[in-house]
Amino acid sequence: MDLTQIAVFCFGALIYNFVLPARFRQWGLMLASILAIYWLQPNLAIPFLDFALPTFTITVTVIGWYLTRPESEPEEDAEKGKNSSRFDLNQITFGVVFAVVLGISATRYLAPEFRLTSRPPETWIVALVLIGLTVVIWGAVRATNQSKRWLPIGMLAIIVIFVVTKSEFLATELSRLLRASAGRDTSLASVVDIGWIGFSYVAFRVIHTLRDRQTGVLPDLDLREYLTYVIFFPSFTAGPIDRAERFIKDFRALPEIKGIDTERITIGVTRIAIGMFKKFVIADTIALFALDIASANQAVSTPALWLLLYGYASRLFFDFSGYSDIAIGVGILFGVQLPENFNRPYLKNNIQAFWQSWHMSLSNWVRFYIFSPLSRNLLRRKPKPKTWQIMLICHMSTMIVIGLWHGITIPFFIWGAWHGLGLFIHKMWTDRTRKWYISLKDKPQTKQAWTVAGWFLTFHFVVLGWVWFALPDINTALSVFVRLFGINL
Amino acid sequence: MTGWDWLSKYEGYNWGFILRVIVKATVLFILLNGLFAILNPIEPLGGMTVQVSRERLPYGEDDRAYNLSLNNIPAMFASHEVIHPKADNEFRVLLIGDSGTWGILLKPEETLAGYINSENYTLDDGRTVKAYNIGHPIMSLTKDLMLLDHAMQYQPDMIVWLTTLESFNRGEQLDPPIVLNNAQRVKTLIETYSLDLDANNPDFVEPEFLDSTIIGQRRELSDLLRLQAFNIMWRVTGIDQYYPDEYQPRSEDFDEDLSWHEFDEPTDLTTDDLAFDVIEAGLERAGEIPVLLVNEPMFISDGENSDLRYNFWYPQWAYDQYRAIYSDLADTNDWNYLDVWDIIDGAEFTDSPVHLTPAGSQQLSTVVSQAIVGLEG
Repeated sequence: MDLTQIAVFCFGALIYNFVLPARFRQWGLMLASILAIYWLQPNLAIPFLDFALPTFTITVTVIGWYLTRPESEPEEDAEKGKNSSRFDLNQITFGVVFAVVLGISATRYLAPEFRLTSRPPETWIVALVLIGLTVVIWGAVRATNQSKRWLPIGMLAIIVIFVVTKSEFLATELSRLLRASAGRDTSLASVVDIGWIGFSYVAFRVIHTLRDRQTGVLPDLDLREYLTYVIFFPSFTAGPIDRAERFIKDFRALPEIKGIDTERITIGVTRIAIGMFKKFVIADTIALFALDIASANQAVSTPALWLLLYGYASRLFFDFSGYSDIAIGVGILFGVQLPENFNRPYLKNNIQAFWQSWHMSLSNWVRFYIFSPLSRNLLRRKPKPKTWQIMLICHMSTMIVIGLWHGITIPFFIWGAWHGLGLFIHKMWTDRTRKWYISLKDKPQTKQAWTVAGWFLTFHFVVLGWVWFALPDINTALSVFVRLFGINL
Repeated sequence: MTGWDWLSKYEGYNWGFILRVIVKATVLFILLNGLFAILNPIEPLGGMTVQVSRERLPYGEDDRAYNLSLNNIPAMFASHEVIHPKADNEFRVLLIGDSGTWGILLKPEETLAGYINSENYTLDDGRTVKAYNIGHPIMSLTKDLMLLDHAMQYQPDMIVWLTTLESFNRGEQLDPPIVLNNAQRVKTLIETYSLDLDANNPDFVEPEFLDSTIIGQRRELSDLLRLQAFNIMWRVTGIDQYYPDEYQPRSEDFDEDLSWHEFDEPTDLTTDDLAFDVIEAGLERAGEIPVLLVNEPMFISDGENSDLRYNFWYPQWAYDQYRAIYSDLADTNDWNYLDVWDIIDGAEFTDSPVHLTPAGSQQLSTVVSQAIVGLEG
């Protein structure tokens, strides 16, 4: 989000709180989210793609809802009346979404300054594609008469899309394909062409709902709730990753908020102001001396490299936590309390505590959907692997997934493995030193010294890991990593 | 809200609270801005710049060079190595001049100052010549005088002032932004040395009260903040200039054109046209400190119409007159004057008539160093 976008969202919050009747807030939030994802999507070199990608996001979301909707059909349900109205609501929602997307595509006939995307395709083509998609998907799921069977397929499909967009090779090939079909120069194909804003987070939210429907813990969501949850605009581009059951509590309470909630406005505005200061003043200034591929090659000494690395670590924290503050603040203004993402991570004295306070919504997601299921699965195996083996596999897998989620590259893989190994070593260490550590309660000075040492070690472990995160080129990353210890390759 | 209890636990958020916050914030905002406007602390703040011993003054507008142009002279000098106390065995020489002295397309060690220092010249009394690059890529003697005036506090033992005709044009002495934005300094110089320049130049930037507030000075404050970050990057990388792989070389062929600034035809130039009074002011400001005036080398073309023009900047008639006047004045006033206008081969100029290659810069340094040692000896 840039300053203009934040200003527009705040202005939208003014109208939402002071003008929009409470009973229309849910609709308002859904419509605002749909419009926002088109507006937030940057222009792309391939024609129509900046329209197609948000439309595809909505399509994926609607499919996600369709697969996770309650099993029983409305007419079969005991509470027929209640569910009929919900069914009606879903139909109305679908119709509204359809109309809004067609409306956005119709902006192609307006002057560029009135468009949300650069130039959408012909409206009748959009209508035909959407109708075709609806018929095919509805028919396919209907034919099997059991949407649960489609849940793993849905998850797999999301992962495949994710891999294609996050892998430089595959994304470039996709770009080449799209460029060829659009009659554009294929030699210019690049991963930048597939700049699909927000999909990383959409993927996590949709997978969460598919998996929770599979395990039966997902609450019933109507299409309006589901769609707004997945594409909720304050958290669309960079999180935090909310959970559906928590989100709908706030969402369903929106019509009940009477009058102007001064507490919500004060807290929301304060969070936005703090976030803006962190992001646009502190982070953007530190960014001028933060490690990147250019400065990594220009640094003249080992202390200089360390300075750049500390700069990068600080910049990343202030930028991302500032962004999260803004997203949370905007969410609060619209009546939705998004989860916290940071809790003083650089002050933690062990790597586990760090991951419980850095990008917390992501850490929780991978704990729920990767670490816990994987460890349960390994524990059930016969013969049961040794505990240390389970821990190693679970930590490494979880953190490597987090690494690859940022981009399917070797440096991100190494970054994930670095943290996986760190978490594993920490686990082994704490298991063996727990009694001794508890005994330190009678020796406060030793305990304090140990805490400080733990902080120092943890901070520098994290900071060294950022080398792999900051530098996309493996050779540069490796060179910088060893130069930090005074070794020149 | 983990970590946000101080914000979320408070229970007194009501319209009264919001109103009180708005009123207090507004009062504080007005007070701070008013105080800032009254105290006008931009220059003192500039003096508190992170000291990183840059080898030349901050200049440029390319983030890849970790550098920026600013008008805050204390901030510019606070970034420079010249602010450090002079060593006992140091013979401190300040090199004042334009982009040729600053070293466009040259690394710090390839500039005139860099080459002089690499030779470790030792004087008869045992002191080692240490040259400081105080060049700034703007063609104006008034700008040079302003920097010299400020640099005098750093205990120079000698000043070398490199100039070319382009810096003498009286009509453009006050045009550079760094001059216009330091109106008070320039006015003081004009009055102190009775310079033939307009102390009431309407283009002088003299902020009124509102322009002096934090809001009015936001650009200057932002530049100061960027300077701190770029100073760190200078320390980390040693880079203060972006060096393109290719550049547009200085022109060799010219139109049949005899004009120089406002003069379309050859005219008898006088000290009314050329700002030699600024040179005299610099000499007066230096006082007992010896000043070596250098007419810097320039590109001499042998291309089309080179019988009319030496280079893109100078028609021969204007430059020849300038040299003659300079030489006469130097003789008359017993100035230490070194005219090296033609000592560098044309191949050693890069993208302008006064920008040298490393080889050209080294050649110039030999001549200037000998003059420095000779003058002191």
